[in-house]
Amino acid sequence: MKFKTKLIAATVTTAFCSLINPAWADINIGVSLALTGPGSGLGIPMQNQLKLFPKTIGGEKVNLIVLDDATDPGKGASNARRFVTEDKVDLILGSCITAVAAAMSDIATEAGTVQIAGSPVGLPAGKDKWVFRLPQSNTVMGHAMVEHMKKQGIKTVGFLGYTDAYGEQWLKEISPQLEQAGIKLVAVERFARPDTSVTPQALKLTSANPDAILIVASGSGAAMPELGILDRGYKGKIYQTHAAASQDLVRVGGKAMDGTFVVSGPAVIAEQLPDSHPSKKVAIDFVQQYEKANGAGSRNQFAGHAYDFQVAMEKVLPMALKKAKPGTPEFRAAIRDGLETMGRTTFAHGVMNWSAADHWGYTLETGVMLKVVNGQFKVE
Amino acid sequence: MDFSIASILLLDGMTNGAVYALLGLATVLVFTVTRVIFIPQGEFVSYGALTLAILQTGKVPGTVWLLMGLALVAALMEWRSSGLKSGLKTLLLPALASGLTWWAAPLQLPLLIQAILSIAVVTAFGPLVYRVAFQSLESASPLVLLIVSVGVHFAMTGFGLVFFGAEGYRSPSFWDTRFNLGSLTLTGQALIIFIAALALIAMLWLFFERTLFGKALRATAVNRTGARLMGVSTHTAGQLTFLLAAMIGAISGLLIGPSTTVFYDSGFLIGLKGFVAAVVAGLSSYPVALVGALFVGVVESFASFWASSFKEVIVFTLILPVLLWRSLTTVHSDEEH
Repeated sequence: MKFKTKLIAATVTTAFCSLINPAWADINIGVSLALTGPGSGLGIPMQNQLKLFPKTIGGEKVNLIVLDDATDPGKGASNARRFVTEDKVDLILGSCITAVAAAMSDIATEAGTVQIAGSPVGLPAGKDKWVFRLPQSNTVMGHAMVEHMKKQGIKTVGFLGYTDAYGEQWLKEISPQLEQAGIKLVAVERFARPDTSVTPQALKLTSANPDAILIVASGSGAAMPELGILDRGYKGKIYQTHAAASQDLVRVGGKAMDGTFVVSGPAVIAEQLPDSHPSKKVAIDFVQQYEKANGAGSRNQFAGHAYDFQVAMEKVLPMALKKAKPGTPEFRAAIRDGLETMGRTTFAHGVMNWSAADHWGYTLETGVMLKVVNGQFKVE
Repeated sequence: MDFSIASILLLDGMTNGAVYALLGLATVLVFTVTRVIFIPQGEFVSYGALTLAILQTGKVPGTVWLLMGLALVAALMEWRSSGLKSGLKTLLLPALASGLTWWAAPLQLPLLIQAILSIAVVTAFGPLVYRVAFQSLESASPLVLLIVSVGVHFAMTGFGLVFFGAEGYRSPSFWDTRFNLGSLTLTGQALIIFIAALALIAMLWLFFERTLFGKALRATAVNRTGARLMGVSTHTAGQLTFLLAAMIGAISGLLIGPSTTVFYDSGFLIGLKGFVAAVVAGLSSYPVALVGALFVGVVESFASFWASSFKEVIVFTLILPVLLWRSLTTVHSDEEH
């Protein structure tokens, strides 16, 4: 209900403003997040962070119109439709769920409105003219991992990944990078999250005896394959992806997880970042701001994306305001051009450099390698 | 591939196969007595494993609340159909199981007692699921029962997500010893799986051969109308069958829990492999289901070794030649005698 009152409040504010001065003077941002349903664990932290969003940017009033998409692509699409037809927003933020963001992208593109997705939505080339993403791509994460492997003197790698899209994406991204680094991919094995055992795959991997094994799995599902490999007496190094960089890995895997290398984004490990990491200052600012408002230890990857959204807006909106008035197609195009030309911008999640050709945008210095030491993630 | 790898794969396959065998037997049991193709069999597996895993953390598992809710619904249905006394009777056992677990949860009792509590809670689900979802449809066609069973599967998976959350758990091993036989390592847990599977099969055999209830179930399986004329209540037979199925599911969950991470939805795939074994047996023969399950386990293990991306494809394609062979060799007969 709280959400509804806020919606009414937002609408009322918009109405009042239109009495005082013409509506097009305000900047309107449509926000569609999963505030209910299975994706709410990602959407609610983003909403919490947006509560700290500045009221004015570049001297103009900014209205956030927050709607719930209930983790439902259909609902997300109708939210997007409402944003572009009724609210005539200048910009859309959302959703934090890939499938919902994908459903919204067609409508945003059709209306010529920028959509900044809080999820790594993959669109065919040319389709993402109006879509920008806040999360890091696997390429960027894979880069940090391969660099670390090079430093460790690793020559051969085995791959054990999910049979789903996540595993496939990683395999596709990491294979050319490994080849470039002169590291040989000696065995590729797959498994599924509900599998009862990975003994056969582990047998095959350990008989190939690579210097390191990369496990591509998520959350608590990442522990079982690693235990399976260790069970077969594997002594080499084990790498995990950023989807496994959560306490669930240690909770399920226990002591055996010690020594595992995990790649991660910088935002949630702010204080631990080496001083040389460009995001350190921004990430600490995000964590302090967010935890001051929401309690100690409440930091969250998705709240970080919402913080980065604010960073981008504070840079791009003043640029766009110089070119056109809010509420016009020219202003919307100016936002898009601004995002593409804003250049290197330090986010809590890394260094962003969107360009006309690349709407993922993070630079290769973004990923951070962590090591599990006594059940804690420590920056390598 | 040399002999040592083959023997490791064989052992791994047989260990998983033993669990599939239990689930296959439960599927055959449920189908023969009630004609329900019981898709949610696997849900009892994840409920069992997750209940134990949460008891281990000292919290009250969500299954306790779910069980009470379901028991209330079943009791209300029973009250309306056969009076207050029988309604209260429906409530008694689930209330006892969940009350005891609720009381024992924060005490951090020994693993074995927690395991027994988990089995008790999940077993109590069986008759209630039958009462709520299937009892009033007893004489419906197998197709209707199958559709209801798919519905029950989705409901149970959904409740699993609500009560256990999206992340997985691993329950502790019952026996942490390892035996080395040459290149082969036999874990204590694998040994427990084999012993438990054999013991359960033996107990089921004794139950069906030696007890009145077992004989009544067999009679119902052979001829429902005939059994009813002889005074065997089909309601009781159905509920008893589901009780056994839930118990077998819960025990399978405890057996598989220490060797993998169990999620709220993990049971489905495990149960489906048991179902493949049951289909190999034509949903009617226990010994063939047993052999079929071990076969499924071994094929799965070798398939993961040779072509891990196509493992599930290989396991589930297996069902096609078997169905073809069965349809060519079996003489058609009506399912209702």
